[in-house]
Amino acid sequence: MSTPMAANVAAVARSSPAAAAFKDAALSALVALGLFGAMLGVLTEATPAGVVLVPRPLLLAYSVAAVFAGRLAWLLFRSRTPTTKAYAGNRTVAEALQRSGRFVAPALLAFAVALPFMAGRYGIDLGILVLTYIMLGWGLNIVVGLAGLLDLGYVAFYAVGAYSYALLAQTFGLGFWTCLPLAGILAALWGVLLGFPVLRLRGDYLAIVTLAFGEIIRVVLLNTVSITGGPNGISGIPRPTLFGLKFSADGGPGTFSGFFGLEFSPTHRVAFLYYVILGLALLTNWVTLRLRRVALGRAWEALREDEVACRSLGINVTVTKLTAFAMGAGFGGLAGAFFATRAAFISPESFTFFESAIVLAIVVLGGLGSQLGVALAALVMIGGLELFRDLQDYRLLIFGSAMVLTMILRPRGLVSGRTPSVALGKRQEISAELVAEGRG
Amino acid sequence: MTQAPATSAPLLQVTDLTMRFGGLTAVNALSFQARQGEITSVIGPNGAGKTTVFNCITGFYKPTSGSIALTHGAGAFQLQTLPGHGIARRARVARTFQNIRLFAGMTVLENLLVAQHNILMPNVGSGLLSVFGLGGHHRAEVQAIDLARTWLARIGLTARADDPAGALPYGDQRRLEIARAMCTGPVLLCLDEPAAGLNPRESDDLAALLKSIQADGCSILLIEHDMGVVMRISDHIVVLDHGKRISDGDPAHVRGDPAVIAAYLGEGDDDDADAPLATAAAE
Repeated sequence: MSTPMAANVAAVARSSPAAAAFKDAALSALVALGLFGAMLGVLTEATPAGVVLVPRPLLLAYSVAAVFAGRLAWLLFRSRTPTTKAYAGNRTVAEALQRSGRFVAPALLAFAVALPFMAGRYGIDLGILVLTYIMLGWGLNIVVGLAGLLDLGYVAFYAVGAYSYALLAQTFGLGFWTCLPLAGILAALWGVLLGFPVLRLRGDYLAIVTLAFGEIIRVVLLNTVSITGGPNGISGIPRPTLFGLKFSADGGPGTFSGFFGLEFSPTHRVAFLYYVILGLALLTNWVTLRLRRVALGRAWEALREDEVACRSLGINVTVTKLTAFAMGAGFGGLAGAFFATRAAFISPESFTFFESAIVLAIVVLGGLGSQLGVALAALVMIGGLELFRDLQDYRLLIFGSAMVLTMILRPRGLVSGRTPSVALGKRQEISAELVAEGRG
Repeated sequence: MTQAPATSAPLLQVTDLTMRFGGLTAVNALSFQARQGEITSVIGPNGAGKTTVFNCITGFYKPTSGSIALTHGAGAFQLQTLPGHGIARRARVARTFQNIRLFAGMTVLENLLVAQHNILMPNVGSGLLSVFGLGGHHRAEVQAIDLARTWLARIGLTARADDPAGALPYGDQRRLEIARAMCTGPVLLCLDEPAAGLNPRESDDLAALLKSIQADGCSILLIEHDMGVVMRISDHIVVLDHGKRISDGDPAHVRGDPAVIAAYLGEGDDDDADAPLATAAAE
């Protein structure tokens, strides 16, 4: 008697998720119809008679049907697999990543050092681009990842560094190596100047104000034509030298190829630039790792965890925030100076909000506070964007989907969790659930 | 009571302290004293203004009027004029919170080291030098870890030193927060309901810990609802109601004060009213 009843109950239980999935899929299709109706349903075509609207009902129907079928398949698939299994799988992946982390970092470093000997001109150029973003990511990681201050205007310091070098070099004829620390210091100073009024704000408010500051810097650069050249930018920025040796084709004793008796190749300069940015990025990494182990870095992390508690322990919250802001800005400035010398031309167009967004995305995707995660995220994002260059504008679509996917599967970034800065016994990873993300 | 008379100099002098939030007067012309080397408790019914007084003393609120003077070996301070972090750093007043505020994602040891921030890093310059291993940071850190070890042993958390603070049981978190406050090297430790949520055994441990801190020469200011703990360890009790002081004295005096009984139980029959406080004291 109990068997048919149980079967009946089971049948109801089985049929109801299917019905719910069907309803959900229909709803999704409706939303898709509304969204795609205007975007895919009609095509504007410029004819001699003017712009005409060409309806494309078939394409619209296909898209909506695809959304319906896809949503239904996904929901049915999910109702079959118990969710706990998915979580367990996720955790195994996380643990595997954690364990392999020890080998990934040295392997990546070895690969980075060896790259110019293996890759061609294009590969090295791509390497320079990726390393620039790694350095920017590591710089921003100090502000966002360690101190927990959401900065949406990081590109401002990148711009300050680039323009500092360009203007110092053009006005006073100073070389790259003299200007590099100056650019870093100037950017850090700007970090303090901008930070001072805004750091009393928290969370979303801080984010909005930093965003505005980023834009202000760009607009100022665009409009002070007499100094910065406005939209025309600054060109002819001098290239860096290797202890006074130039990388030029004339082959004299003052050039790299002439001094070492090599045949001139433009790859030499590119490889040299590559090692410069590799060195700068590693410097950023080293300083950050050192800072995490000393009182200042620990205070940053404590600030991210609980600002009120920090104050009650006698930590000067304003000064601590400012040092984080200045340190991050300084590294941004160094990266900016490098950008200027590599491109030999800068204009305000290179310093839009999009750059800030990409760097922040790298930090968030990599995992707040994780050096390795940031490097991996920069590699995947910048390298990935280049790989899909043939797809033109669609690559941003791939980029967006990849970000959404990462946030669903690993909401705290590729490498989440935190390594303690000091331990009496064995250092053990702290799970991301306990670590605060900071509210500014 | 157990202290020698020589240590009974006034440490904290609150004079005419008033705190208004808009139309609400949370603390009204309050004056009291906390003496050197004593455990002073501030008690009162819910909403009496205890935590407000506390937040004024520890610099989280700026009082509407009145003064909070702290005098000890390192100098005299008007606490209401110091910046927020100066209270702990210069006047050496440490506090804990009613809702525990540990650095949950940092280890127990790291929590105790953050508390010694100002010893490890007296200024930004030395903080930057420490990146290059200069400025004596290493030596200072070894000493800081030693102090942290001492406190870990005192609160019985040595075995959990490398665990994240957020993963500790509630009672351990309470004790860790006290140890963290003590690592700042305070002359006055302010505790906001440290026994809240503790079981009777943990409350006993807490009372013993506070007594041992007092024996080390640190004065304590305590807000507490657990009358058992208050009556057992306090040298001096200040009773607040509606932002005003209604009684002040040693536990025996306060326990028998009709004004206190009336505040806790409403105006009523004296015989009934005496019961809870008397029982608590008898524990």
